[in-house]
Amino acid sequence: MLLFIEQSLNGLQLGLLLFLLAAGLTLVFGIMDLVNLAHGSLYMLGAYFAATFAALTGSFVGAIFLALFATLLVGMAVELIALRRLYGRDHLDHVLGTFGLILFSNEMVRLIWGPAGMNLPLPPWLNVPLQILPGVYYPSYRLLIIAVALFVAVLLYLVVMRTRIGMLIRAGASNREMIGALGINIKLLYTFVFGIGAALAGLAGMMQAPILTVQIGMGENILILAFVVIIIGGIGSIRGAFVAAILVGLIDTVGRAFLPDVLKLFLSNSAASTAGPALSSMLIYLVMAVILVMRPEGLFPAASK
Amino acid sequence: MINKITGLSRRYAPVLAGASMVAIAALALSASQTAAQQKTVKIGFVSTFSGPTAVIGNDMRNSFELALDHLGRKIGGLPVEVIYEDDAQKPDVGLQKTQKLIESDKVDFIAGYIWSNVLLASLKPIVDSKTMLVIANAGPSQIAGELCSPYVFSTSWQNDQTPQAVGEYMNQKGVKTAYLIGPNYAAGKDMLAGVASTFKGQVVGQDLTKWPDQLDFSAELSKARAAKPDAVFVFYPGAAGVQFLTQYSQAGLKDQIPLYTAFTIDELSLPRQKEMAIGVPGAQHWVNDLPFDQNKKFVADFKTKYKSSPSFYGAQSYDAAMLIDSAVKGVKGNLSNKDGMRDEMRKANFASVRGPFKYNNNHIPIQNFYLQDVVKGADGELVLKTVATIVKDSKDRHGDKCPMKW
Repeated sequence: MLLFIEQSLNGLQLGLLLFLLAAGLTLVFGIMDLVNLAHGSLYMLGAYFAATFAALTGSFVGAIFLALFATLLVGMAVELIALRRLYGRDHLDHVLGTFGLILFSNEMVRLIWGPAGMNLPLPPWLNVPLQILPGVYYPSYRLLIIAVALFVAVLLYLVVMRTRIGMLIRAGASNREMIGALGINIKLLYTFVFGIGAALAGLAGMMQAPILTVQIGMGENILILAFVVIIIGGIGSIRGAFVAAILVGLIDTVGRAFLPDVLKLFLSNSAASTAGPALSSMLIYLVMAVILVMRPEGLFPAASK
Repeated sequence: MINKITGLSRRYAPVLAGASMVAIAALALSASQTAAQQKTVKIGFVSTFSGPTAVIGNDMRNSFELALDHLGRKIGGLPVEVIYEDDAQKPDVGLQKTQKLIESDKVDFIAGYIWSNVLLASLKPIVDSKTMLVIANAGPSQIAGELCSPYVFSTSWQNDQTPQAVGEYMNQKGVKTAYLIGPNYAAGKDMLAGVASTFKGQVVGQDLTKWPDQLDFSAELSKARAAKPDAVFVFYPGAAGVQFLTQYSQAGLKDQIPLYTAFTIDELSLPRQKEMAIGVPGAQHWVNDLPFDQNKKFVADFKTKYKSSPSFYGAQSYDAAMLIDSAVKGVKGNLSNKDGMRDEMRKANFASVRGPFKYNNNHIPIQNFYLQDVVKGADGELVLKTVATIVKDSKDRHGDKCPMKW
């Protein structure tokens, strides 16, 4: 039972991290109708910025804020220079263009930071396990990830649902010509939204950096999971991304933790230890397929455009 | 339809004729080139030069180049050309690059291969074309057993050997129960099987994680903690070793359960593992401080040339160049005498940086395994150090399945 609680926390933590990544992706996809494969590159850049600033300033928290701002700026610059030309074109053009950006940013990172990768060391107060229940120790840093991601989720909800800028974003998603005709600078709005999406991806990257270390191409595998999340959640829906991210995180982690043992109940030991890891890494894709069959629009389809 | 095709071919006939003339000219040219290059030893070197594990490939290339420097840029007295190919750590890419080396570059030797799965995927064209292969890292059990081949040699080990030594060491330390964690691919499975084969205590659980994309081990670490073992054994090469150690100490496990490793702490990962690696033992057939003259020369010259310390990947690549050199010397440069080169290589007649060793019937080295530990060096930097010999003349356990006798 205690193990199950611990594994659920692990799943929740992975899920919330995926939410940070998927929220930006679904904002950009849902509102700007742009398929952004380079989202993982922004995740990587966030991590590199944080590691660099941490080495320069010596402060972990300070480095996170500086890196957040830097990724926001880079995101807006990328939108201005490259992505603006892709709006209104075919999705295949988006895929090609942003795939090019992946190659570009990987090489650029290699030139600037070198191929070896970096570390983002945690301050001592975050580097200890906490006893959350009698006998259950949990890394305090993973608890921090859970807290930060929940905070961002609430903030995002408030901004999108309760502020003027959020209203403009929602309006732009449902009818971009109309909102342009009403005198709103839609281009500026898009740049801003893309910047926010980039900062969210960067935040996910820098939160993950102390656990996974910082390296070239670190955003590419996790981006696939983020796409699974927004497809399950319904493209363009932040609420859907939130629910789907936690679902994916839990299924992935709990599956990895318990599936081999469950299989042992009705398979031979060696067959279970071969099939277990293979099956548990497929599990979320199976879930995605089932959900797509039942609800092709995802769990929480965004209001039709 | 037929009319259409003939119409097409008529229209393109002049183009086709032109193309075939160019092709003939090219053929003639390449024929004259091969005639001129007959006395050049061509070596294809397949390793990972892109992505997060490119540091390993670079270390191997640097060491191979250093070996060529030490040999006066000649192999067996002949001029040498090395073609480096990047397998991107993917079996399909490795196969493609291997085929390219054999079919279009027509190399005499192929060397390299970090990853067991990449090697297994690339093996068939090498064996079919009877190209001499010197494996500088990967050691899947299949190659030591039923897939062993007369022209395939290893300058590293069979995957089971190193974890077997770790298992022995765990016995010496009185470990009664152990939890095993490794990546889910050919080498990971071999490593866990290897440690389980010599470890006399009980294996209370094991996990194979998705490779290479799973880098978060939270679920596995929670399971290991809940199983309350005396020790955890782990195999994570490259950057994954940094990530594993980081998460192990973040979870507070480092002070709770002793960790034993194979190929997880080396000169490439240590600068990023830092203090986390102190007190974590590993087994290795080569450590930078082994007291052999050729090893001292290798390590010192590597440090001067590349301003960093060589890893065991590098040591094996250095030996690969030396082994090839000994083979070409043995046949006096007659590269078509493959059986002669094979017989020469079987003698392991070169100064290996790991010290003298013999070949098993399956062309896997019979060699010592040492206990390595992380200590602070003279200048405060962390270095790997030989502490003791765990196993003398370890012979891999798959030789019986290999039909070769000599």
